[in-house]
Amino acid sequence: MKVLVAVKRVIDYNVKVRVKPDNTGVDLANVKMAMNPFCEIAVEEAVRLKEKGVASEIVVVSIGPKAAQEQIRTALALGADRGIHIETDEEVQSLEAAKLLKSVVEKEEPKLVILGKQSIDSDNNQTGQMLAALTGMGQGTFASEVVVEGEKVNVTREIDGGLVTVALNLPAVVTTDLRLNEPRYASLPNIMKAKKKPLESMSPADLGVDIANRLSTLKVEAPASRQAGVKVADVAELVDKLKNEAKVI
Amino acid sequence: MSILVIAEHDNSSLKQATLNVVATAKAIGGDIDVLVAGENCGAVAEAAAKAEGVNKVLVADNAAYGHFLAENLGELVAEVGKGYSHILAAAGTTGKDFMPRVAALLDVAQVSDIMRVESEDTFVRPIYAGNAIATVKANDAIKVITVRPTAFDPVAAEGGSASVEQLDVVKDAGLSSFVNEELAKSDRPDLGSAGIVVSGGRGMQNGDNFKMLEQVADLLGAAVGASRAAVDAGFVPNDMQVGQTGKIVAPQLYIAVGISGAIQHLAGMSDSKVIVAINKDEEAPIFQVADYGLVADLFEAVPQLEEELKKVL
Ligand SMILES: Cc1cc2nc3c(=O)[nH]c(=O)nc-3n(C[C@H](O)[C@H](O)[C@H](O)COP(=O)(O)OP(=O)(O)OC[C@H]3O[C@@H](n4cnc5c(N)ncnc54)[C@H](O)[C@@H]3O)c2cc1C
Repeated sequence: MKVLVAVKRVIDYNVKVRVKPDNTGVDLANVKMAMNPFCEIAVEEAVRLKEKGVASEIVVVSIGPKAAQEQIRTALALGADRGIHIETDEEVQSLEAAKLLKSVVEKEEPKLVILGKQSIDSDNNQTGQMLAALTGMGQGTFASEVVVEGEKVNVTREIDGGLVTVALNLPAVVTTDLRLNEPRYASLPNIMKAKKKPLESMSPADLGVDIANRLSTLKVEAPASRQAGVKVADVAELVDKLKNEAKVI
Repeated sequence: MSILVIAEHDNSSLKQATLNVVATAKAIGGDIDVLVAGENCGAVAEAAAKAEGVNKVLVADNAAYGHFLAENLGELVAEVGKGYSHILAAAGTTGKDFMPRVAALLDVAQVSDIMRVESEDTFVRPIYAGNAIATVKANDAIKVITVRPTAFDPVAAEGGSASVEQLDVVKDAGLSSFVNEELAKSDRPDLGSAGIVVSGGRGMQNGDNFKMLEQVADLLGAAVGASRAAVDAGFVPNDMQVGQTGKIVAPQLYIAVGISGAIQHLAGMSDSKVIVAINKDEEAPIFQVADYGLVADLFEAVPQLEEELKKVL
């Protein structure tokens, strides 16, 4: 079966983000960018499905500026077979991203679409679910285990109270949580091979999708910062302070 | 304006987060209806009808909603919600699952995890793991919103007298079915709404050592949480993870034991009133946000803490 994986280029998770002085956003100039960590888990899962003989082809798609091709190449180096780049320099919000992905799904007709549960920049946690609704597919969000059996996929989901397993008809959408797998690193020979894998580029207009934003960001500010407090000498002093100074116990 | 709040519950009791979301609805202003979708969830509907400020409780009681499958809830809420100006749910794993489907079916954007209401269409939310705070305006006619419950003080659970109306809307998308669940059983308070949280990280070394934290937690009436590293290592289950991609907590007191203080962890707990850090590395970033820091080996400090607490509590 064919698996479609969507990946996003975001700020590297180790980077300490800084809000721009004019409060229009965060400073992304000269900042290290990378594949969203949850998308790495999505790629890894697809590759494992291929290694198990469940998936026959992995198509990776990314929406974003020209540079997002780096993340597509990374996915190709990790084992995806071909890439689709929907190129735009505009900000694409979740609903519009889902509509773009829907048109790719209609063209590619994958049996399984795997996405990260959230991107660590906008922290929205929406796109996979929206894509599933728009395409009339079932969804297994926050997945910690994915088992394909015939025309169904069983997805174990990390929920607030523990774990729940649902069975979904295929085709279906899965969004990844942290415990689904541990992504591998790309080997140098595979990075070289990835350069020759097919990568098709198109624009949102080519797909007939209007990507105008529905949400306007009025301002972006730094959070109220906490001040470091005091160091206590020992446990007795700690308990005394909690009881008599902070009065929280 | 008319606001539809989707109740969070387990078919038998109303989750406190619903009261926080009703408070968010009050901050927006307008008539507030609560939708209880579940199976044999009459007790939940009764509880919701008593919540302060609720006008009407709508009940969709059907096997299709018993396990909160997003495909079915999404269709139901999109249909019931289309007559409202706002649809709100808590940003827990249930709300995060079905609400984007609602938004997509209504062809509107969703505003996720709001922590403040500026006006009926403008909301404040964290981005980049809380390292930036965005003020966003929703331009669609219907606002689909998930709410960070800890950011809003709950309305009173008692005192209201809303009418209860049964809905006859059954949406079974036929796309998904429930297989099984493994729910954590604990007599401790719920992590998301506990007044005190004691969390352990990789420094705990194994799951057995978490018993030390549980003993302290039980003295304090606290919930027990964990860092991602502790969950990934299999010390404790996933529902204990605090952070950007786990649970958001804001207790009166948060005690971080053997946790370094990565930004993704801080994103889940930095709104706590008082933060205590116990860590043997005095350079650990957690000390930059801690009100009280103790540089010590946790295997000595935690048993001592238990003894000292026994003296004063
Ligand atoms: C996409 C993404 C999402 C993430 N989401 C989350 C999230 O939601 N929540 C989260 O917590 N993390 C999250 N993380 C992980 C995060 O980046 C850190 O890796 C993690 O929080 C580290 O956990 P830790 O502090 O327990 O471990 P470490 O960073 O290894 O820290 C262990 C600490 O224990 C101390 N210690 C060790 N032994 C002792 C001892 N005997 N006595 C006292 N102190 C001791 C050490 O000094 C150290 O400071 C995420 C990461 C990514 C990439």
